[in-house]
Amino acid sequence: MATKLHIPHAPFRPGDKPDFSNIKLPKAGELRRPPTRIHANETRDLSFSMIRVLDGDHRAVGEWDPHLDAETLRQGLRHMLLNRVFDDRMYKMQRQGKISFYMRATGEEAVAVAQCMALRPGDMLFPSYRQQGLLIVRGIRLVDMMCQCLSNSRDNLQGRQLPVLYSFKDVNFFTLSGNLGTQFPQAVGWAMAAEYKGTSDVAVSWIGEGSSAEADFHYGLTFASVYRAPVVLNVVNNQWAISTYQNVAGGDQNPFAARAIGYGIPGLRVDGNDFLAVFAATSWAAERARQGAGPTLIELYTYRAAPHSTSDDPGRYRPLDEWQYWPLGDPIDRLKKHMIARGEWSEEQHAELEKELTDHVLASWKEAESYGTLNEGPWPPVSAMFEDVYKDVPPHLIKQKRELLE
Amino acid sequence: MNMVQALNSAMDVMLERDPNVVVFGEDVGYFGGVFRCTEGLQKKYGEHRVFDTPIAEGGIVATAIGMGANGLRPVVEIQFADYIYPAFDQIVSELARLRYRSGGQYWSPITIRSPCGGGIRGGQTHSQSPEAIFAHVCGLKTVMPSTPFDAKGLLIAAIEADDPIIFLEPKRLYNGPFEGDPKQPAVGWNTHPAGEVPDGHYTIPIGKANTVRTGSDLTILAYGTMVHVAGAAAQQTGVNAEIIDIRTIAPLDVDTIAASVCRTGRCVIVHEATRFGGYGGELSAIVQEECFWNLEAPILRVCGWDTPYPHAQEWDYFPGPQRVAKAIRQVMGC
Ligand SMILES: Cc1ncc(C[n+]2csc(CCOP(=O)(O)OP(=O)(O)O)c2C)c(N)n1
Repeated sequence: MATKLHIPHAPFRPGDKPDFSNIKLPKAGELRRPPTRIHANETRDLSFSMIRVLDGDHRAVGEWDPHLDAETLRQGLRHMLLNRVFDDRMYKMQRQGKISFYMRATGEEAVAVAQCMALRPGDMLFPSYRQQGLLIVRGIRLVDMMCQCLSNSRDNLQGRQLPVLYSFKDVNFFTLSGNLGTQFPQAVGWAMAAEYKGTSDVAVSWIGEGSSAEADFHYGLTFASVYRAPVVLNVVNNQWAISTYQNVAGGDQNPFAARAIGYGIPGLRVDGNDFLAVFAATSWAAERARQGAGPTLIELYTYRAAPHSTSDDPGRYRPLDEWQYWPLGDPIDRLKKHMIARGEWSEEQHAELEKELTDHVLASWKEAESYGTLNEGPWPPVSAMFEDVYKDVPPHLIKQKRELLE
Repeated sequence: MNMVQALNSAMDVMLERDPNVVVFGEDVGYFGGVFRCTEGLQKKYGEHRVFDTPIAEGGIVATAIGMGANGLRPVVEIQFADYIYPAFDQIVSELARLRYRSGGQYWSPITIRSPCGGGIRGGQTHSQSPEAIFAHVCGLKTVMPSTPFDAKGLLIAAIEADDPIIFLEPKRLYNGPFEGDPKQPAVGWNTHPAGEVPDGHYTIPIGKANTVRTGSDLTILAYGTMVHVAGAAAQQTGVNAEIIDIRTIAPLDVDTIAASVCRTGRCVIVHEATRFGGYGGELSAIVQEECFWNLEAPILRVCGWDTPYPHAQEWDYFPGPQRVAKAIRQVMGC
């Protein structure tokens, strides 16, 4: 069948030697930081190019430098490293059969961590499944996250959800859906309600570049634009959606950030592995939303270094060493080098921190396991299955519960 | 063959025979699907016949409708039945009614494949059985195989059919039959007679049920994974039960069912989906209409509880052989 239809190809498949020299990266510090009350059409450069702060010598340069103090940088590094160590531990535990499933954020930790640090605690988070860093920044105990993954007696979701589909209302983290994209327009609605309530809180949502193909992405942008809702909408472009490259979502034509302009929303394209750039862009967008100037779409350009999930086998669709060639490097390594260059950090301190966090994760795991495991229990009570379907348990469910417990 | 290979073989046969057949969906092209059902097909038939799509179920079904209306025969995969809902409007308002509303001018012969059912620790978004929702929509045919042999024959029939087909694949059966006890070691299809699958073209008619076990005391109506669970339960109770694998949810083979229940006088209906408003209600109504004067006992349903599919309590939710056996005994009065 001869057709002229274009079928996108991933640039590299197993057996190929990755070479990303075609990716045009602007120099750090090159782009201007405009005032936040700006029309979408004035963000063409910001949405087609890339906001970068850290330069080749690990210095922070240009108008987007958020000028963070050393303590904030240390916090950021700590959160990102904890995210990674935690993920690695959970991945191993899945491999040993202790939990049923897991998803790591390896290589893209700066997204959730830097963004959350740039927000206020009252800001509402509508994440996808790869922003566990948000919970780390907002101080959720690892033990509590682990208990959810273990579906044990202390699981705050009563064993109902697959691991990592967290919900932590205390820290304004919305319940995660397994269905892609649904959170994006919901965040817009939440932000609209915030205006009714007269608070200055903004809503923030994340969607994968693959999931941006869902209609919900369009709903979110349209409603945000029409009502100028105080919302920050993020596309995490980590290049891969399971086995399909970002061009299957249309990313080879124009950047995802540039889609904003068609909706009349400012778009920012950001080096997602540059902690400072991510922080700065998010602060800009959050400030804009808080001023009542309206929404922003941010594309975070990064790379999913881990397999999609523990059910995935990336060796079948991409070179396993592709990440090594990724031109934007590792967000943890880049922030570390910046701090060292500033004289605020050292390799020894880093090794010490890594050790401390590894011990912390291990101790947390031991504690979490003591509350039960998926295979051996104790689990939440079986009767919990019938609760929260509705506000009150209706008669037919009371009957079914009785039948089960008999 | 296991069920994955049988489905793959069905698509292979049809891609070979009919140049209008195209296969697409999320991750189905280069990768061969997250369950590997389309493995090797892109390589064999080229990337214009078998390709990856953006993650947009509504878009997948909508474009398939347009392609089908323009002479192609799309076979699309929705990665999990739990993710079919973004395509719901396209399926219900469009696909199902194209022929009717255009006075027969337009129609789209597409097959929508999707893995369904639980028992794989998938939690609520990888375990649903939405067959009743589609059974309720006139203009759609809905199919669910329980063996590799049936899967291949039914899928070929579905692809050849000029009506739109929702083809639900019980993923717990992909690699082997499953009798409902997760503690038993997994068995493969290689030891099961229905794992014997011919390489070439054959069809199993859509609209025909299959009596998988004959018996005189009771009729069990089941489909998908529950066919195997019902078999184990019948074995456990020692009751001489007849088991009918419904196979085609809609249109239903009423004759086979009515003949059986009129003979046995007793009926138990088993499905994994939730009970209230479920497909078992339809089966029960039909049995009552067709067999009322022959019934010796009330018809019983064994179903998933009316809650979302839980993760930790999966085996308390799953209607396993114990619950089916209990219903059998109750209907038999023993
Ligand atoms: C509506 C819906 N369709 C399909 C899926 C199956 N699925 C889960 S994750 C995924 C890939 C998502 O890729 P992307 O949005 O790029 O996010 P990433 O995993 O790269 O972070 C798919 C297809 C789903 N969960 N929900």
